[in-house]
Amino acid sequence: MSGFFKSSIGRKYAMALSAFFLMFFLLQHFAINILSVFSPDAFNEASHFMGTFWAVQYLLQPVLIFGVVFHFIMGFILEAKNRSARVVKYASNNGAANSSWMSRNMIYSGLAILGFIVLHFIDFWLPEINTKYIQGDMSGLLADGDGFRYYEELTHKFVNPIRVVAYIVAFVFLSLHLMHGFSSAFQSSGVSSMRKEKLQLFGKAYAIIIPLGFIFIALYHHFNH
Amino acid sequence: MSVLDSKVPKGPLKDKWTDYKNHIDLVNPANKRNIDVIVVGTGLAGGSAAATLAELGYNVKTFCYQDSPRRAHSIAAQGGINAAKNYQGDGDSTYRLFYDTVKGGDYRSREANVYRLAEVSANIIDQCVAQGVPFARDYGGLLDNRSFGGVLVSRTFYAKGQTGQQLLLGAYSAMNRQIARGKITPYNRHEMLDVVKVDGKARGIIARNLVTGEIERHSAHAVVIASGGYGNVYFLSTNAMGSNATAAWKIHKKGAFFANPCYTQIHPTCIPRSGDYQSKLTLMSESLRNDGRIWVPKNMEDVIAIREGKKKPTDLSEDERDYYLERRYPAFGNLVPRDVASRAAKERCDAGYGVNATGEAVYLDFASAIQRYGKEQAKIHNITNASADKIYELGAAIVKAKYGNLFQMYEKIVDQDPYKTPMMIYPAVHYTMGGVWVDYNLMTTVDGLYCIGEANFSDHGANRLGASALMQGLADGYFVLPYTIGDYLSNEIRTGKIPTDTPEFDAAEKEVTEKINFFVNNKGTHSVDYYHKKLGNIMWEKCGMSRNSTGLKEAMVEIKALREDFYKNVSVPGNANEFNSELEKAGRVADFLELGELFAKDALEREESCGGHFREESVEIDGEQEGEAKRNDKDFAFVSAWEYKGEPGEAVLHKEELEFNEIELKQRSYK
Amino acid sequence: MNLTLKIWRQKDAQSKGKMVDYKVTEISEHMSFLEMMDVLNEQLINSGEEPVAFDHDCREGICGMCSMYINGEAHGPDRGVTTCQLHMRMFKDGDTITIEPFRAKAFPVLKDLVVDRGAFDRIQHAGGYISVNTSGNTQDANSLPISKHAADEAMDAATCIGCGACVASCKNSSAMLFVGAKVSQYALLPQGQIEATDRVKNMVAQMDLEGFGNCTNTGACEIECPKGISLDNIARMNRELLKANF
Ligand SMILES: Cc1cc2nc3c(=O)[nH]c(=O)nc-3n(C[C@H](O)[C@H](O)[C@H](O)COP(=O)(O)OP(=O)(O)OC[C@H]3O[C@@H](n4cnc5c(N)ncnc54)[C@H](O)[C@@H]3O)c2cc1C
Ligand code: HEM
Ligand code: SF4
Ligand code: FES
Repeated sequence: MSGFFKSSIGRKYAMALSAFFLMFFLLQHFAINILSVFSPDAFNEASHFMGTFWAVQYLLQPVLIFGVVFHFIMGFILEAKNRSARVVKYASNNGAANSSWMSRNMIYSGLAILGFIVLHFIDFWLPEINTKYIQGDMSGLLADGDGFRYYEELTHKFVNPIRVVAYIVAFVFLSLHLMHGFSSAFQSSGVSSMRKEKLQLFGKAYAIIIPLGFIFIALYHHFNH
Repeated sequence: MSVLDSKVPKGPLKDKWTDYKNHIDLVNPANKRNIDVIVVGTGLAGGSAAATLAELGYNVKTFCYQDSPRRAHSIAAQGGINAAKNYQGDGDSTYRLFYDTVKGGDYRSREANVYRLAEVSANIIDQCVAQGVPFARDYGGLLDNRSFGGVLVSRTFYAKGQTGQQLLLGAYSAMNRQIARGKITPYNRHEMLDVVKVDGKARGIIARNLVTGEIERHSAHAVVIASGGYGNVYFLSTNAMGSNATAAWKIHKKGAFFANPCYTQIHPTCIPRSGDYQSKLTLMSESLRNDGRIWVPKNMEDVIAIREGKKKPTDLSEDERDYYLERRYPAFGNLVPRDVASRAAKERCDAGYGVNATGEAVYLDFASAIQRYGKEQAKIHNITNASADKIYELGAAIVKAKYGNLFQMYEKIVDQDPYKTPMMIYPAVHYTMGGVWVDYNLMTTVDGLYCIGEANFSDHGANRLGASALMQGLADGYFVLPYTIGDYLSNEIRTGKIPTDTPEFDAAEKEVTEKINFFVNNKGTHSVDYYHKKLGNIMWEKCGMSRNSTGLKEAMVEIKALREDFYKNVSVPGNANEFNSELEKAGRVADFLELGELFAKDALEREESCGGHFREESVEIDGEQEGEAKRNDKDFAFVSAWEYKGEPGEAVLHKEELEFNEIELKQRSYK
Repeated sequence: MNLTLKIWRQKDAQSKGKMVDYKVTEISEHMSFLEMMDVLNEQLINSGEEPVAFDHDCREGICGMCSMYINGEAHGPDRGVTTCQLHMRMFKDGDTITIEPFRAKAFPVLKDLVVDRGAFDRIQHAGGYISVNTSGNTQDANSLPISKHAADEAMDAATCIGCGACVASCKNSSAMLFVGAKVSQYALLPQGQIEATDRVKNMVAQMDLEGFGNCTNTGACEIECPKGISLDNIARMNRELLKANF
């Protein structure tokens, strides 16, 4: 057992596990964000709950951070190992003949996502931490105390068209990442062959609908402000 | 008495092997550790022998010229492997398999050896299944069988169209286990270039590392040659490009007699040559003849029109076609034995009726089978008034299920769809029944030197039944040699390690090095292939499917002349101390150029037609069998074992008389 | 057909190699790719140059010896074939064809287009077998019925010819299709169950030791594999390894 996670396949399991977690998180994140379109109040409630409930803050949040960090670091490690497995490169290589662009460029789509996550941290998460833990304001209320601040902050963010464009680009990359990653994770973990048609279909649906949903939210708030 | 002693044990045929095993000397396990055995070749024969010897505790070194033992040409066998299991309950038995094999070999094999082969055949299947060989199974989970090669029972086990591959991977897996234990040391990409004899006993080999060019000495207490057949003496054959006679020929030159070199099997269903650049021929399983009908056009005008592309084979009506096998052999029709079908195709093509550009092809047509199966299926599915298209569709589906992979292979190579237009086939050299002479123990005429698998001559007489070569290779390697070699090695327990720094090794190495240096320094004008093709041409024309005394005498002269020219004018680029494919080929072709001459000499000497050897002078002159092969048991019921005397043409013939106590000799008839 | 060939030439394992251009003329569309290479080599020998070294043996797609990377694909542009089964009708007059060895750190080049695939053998030594002695009295073959389905599936995995095209076409030089096929063949049969745990652990450990990359499931191997070995075998191997560890 000890050697398992050192083996190439063990690492694939670890990668898939972290990816499953991220995909689950993404779904949950989406579920809350989409509320902002239908009902600002519900969105505020949910956000407040997530932002203050101890289990989320002290358990899930660190796990999430660990998951993201683990995923991309492991991604880098595997990528480095894979690159070193071929010293002399081909003079002519026709990768498009046998594999999808998405599958061959996970590291680049991943890097784009990483770039976005960093931005996202600076944008949403650091101010949140600042408000909650540095300034100690756990109320979740607007400065004037008139209702929750979450919805306001969210809609405010999407005023700036540059941010919206960055957001869209990032989610396009996420879509590409998941277009391959979703079914791939099932294959890596041995749960199912990735060639199963239903899995492919489900994976494609997830990879398109969720990122598209995030993009929709961004555009919705941008144009409805 | 002849110098040849077959060492067949006394006693009733069916008890010989058991008695023999009960009385041989055994080597105690502690002593086996001190005994080394070299196995040259890792095909079914060599691979299985190496694994079993290592399992018993001997230290084994294996050699093969490919980059992995798993790539030996046994891998290419498609059809299947025979075994007298009688799982189908159709009356098979050890005796029947024995009988069929002796009869199939046209009564030119040794009864005791063949009986032993039939006896151990059942063990092979048990062993292979235990190793995880995925043989075909029926829905009840039991092993499936097919009938093969015109015999009356279904005794052929198979793994799709890749039986040889699966059996070889089985033997290779058994080797892997011993390699992991350190009992086998594999020398891949190594070619044996000579055997080393010390005091008359085989004590080692000289091998060339094909990657570095280094010449290596390896010593052992016994040497086993399992290097496969010599079909490539014809240049074009179904053998692999590297298949060669070098190991067998080199031991022949060091004292091992070579038996029946002229017995060659020419297989009727191969894909025809498409041009002069052709490098090898591809076999298509003979099972195709169960459903395909063989024909050429009746009229010469149609032949010409087809060659010029003005007509298609499908344009010819039934009475414009000559189903020559059905015409000549009404009883067996398209299912006559391989040699008969091959000669009949050659006869038609020689008469000018060949249907492709080279004039060397006949049709193998599935249209009737598709119709027949289609109508049958329509009945089964209760389709009344089925349209022609529907019948075709139903029939084609059945044909696809049976031969799909072969059709696909054909289409890949020829670029024609055999469901729509008849296949073209032509005979090709496929198997060599002749080989190094061995006694009942599989030992050659040199002490401590053994020969197994296709490389020896032992079990198939003048012709081999389909699916019997795989059986023989594995029988030799798994179940026969490990016993018989023990009897010899029991006298070697006190010998100690064989040193390689002796004058015998020096001399053998020197000979090998000189030959190699000669080649790389001989800045000639023609490539090795140039000579190989010329040799192949002589062999095919004069020592091919039908032979006569004039042609064979010419062949001997021409081959000798070609050999002399080869040594003057061959060009081998590159150096001795590097990876050098041309150098490898040069050594192999040099040996073929000698073997070819002995081949012709042997064929000349055997003035009878038997099995794969057809002498135009020896045919039935009247009666129903007129023009068919005529065997001469009175004068030729012997094995020709040739002793090397400095020149292939001067080899001396020794005869091992064949005695048949259990089987009555009969002339073949397929009319 | 007249063609321009760009071929990797490398004297031996130690030397550096480079791409060299050659021209061949009057190539028939019925030739196999290797027959075209024979024509080139004959031409080189006749003009006193060293022929191009390449691996080949059976020339009928079963031994797994031939191994060329042609126009950016292992075994060339056709599907379900090895290099020796590739025919010149896949190309057009005037084409330029790039020919390289299978590349991976674990497959060092020995000369020109010849590589050392010994790593595959060593993986098999590590566990590619069922431990059964050749006694002559193993149990009767039919005393162990095996469902046709399992036998057929094992057979499909077992058809791998060990050519290494999977490694060559994988962007990560991963050997998982090959190893997956080997592990699966035994895992699918009852005879193979007894040693299943050690087998998968040892084979995967050896695979890692040889320096192959990790699978990222691009599926290139499955497309380029001449024997259509399925990706399912990799998923199965992963499962087997998990089972073996927990
Ligand atoms: C296309 C084809 C289909 C066939 N189909 C069937 C079938 O369906 N059923 C059947 O029963 N038989 C079949 N046969 C025949 C059968 O496959 C062979 O006769 C048999 O496999 C030979 O096995 P072997 O071990 O003697 O030799 P091989 O498998 O040929 O092995 C020869 C070994 O010797 C090594 N070697 C050779 N020379 C040297 C040297 N100088 N130095 C070092 N190593 C050397 C090679 O590397 C190789 O490892 C078929 C044959 C062919 C060609
Ligand atoms: C933080 C930046 C990210 C980087 C650098 C990154 C990088 C990578 C890389 C290189 C791989 C391929 C590795 C392999 O298959 O072995 C991969 C796989 C994957 N990633 Fe990411 N990724 C990132 C973020 C994400 C996010 C946010 C998600 C999902 C919400 C995600 C989901 C997946 C999935 C499902 C896989 C497939 C896992 C598998 O095949 O086992 N990734 N990632
Ligand atoms: S899996 Fe396919 S590509 Fe890989 S070695 Fe086996 S046959 Fe070749
Ligand atoms: S040469 Fe054997 S597979 Fe191509």
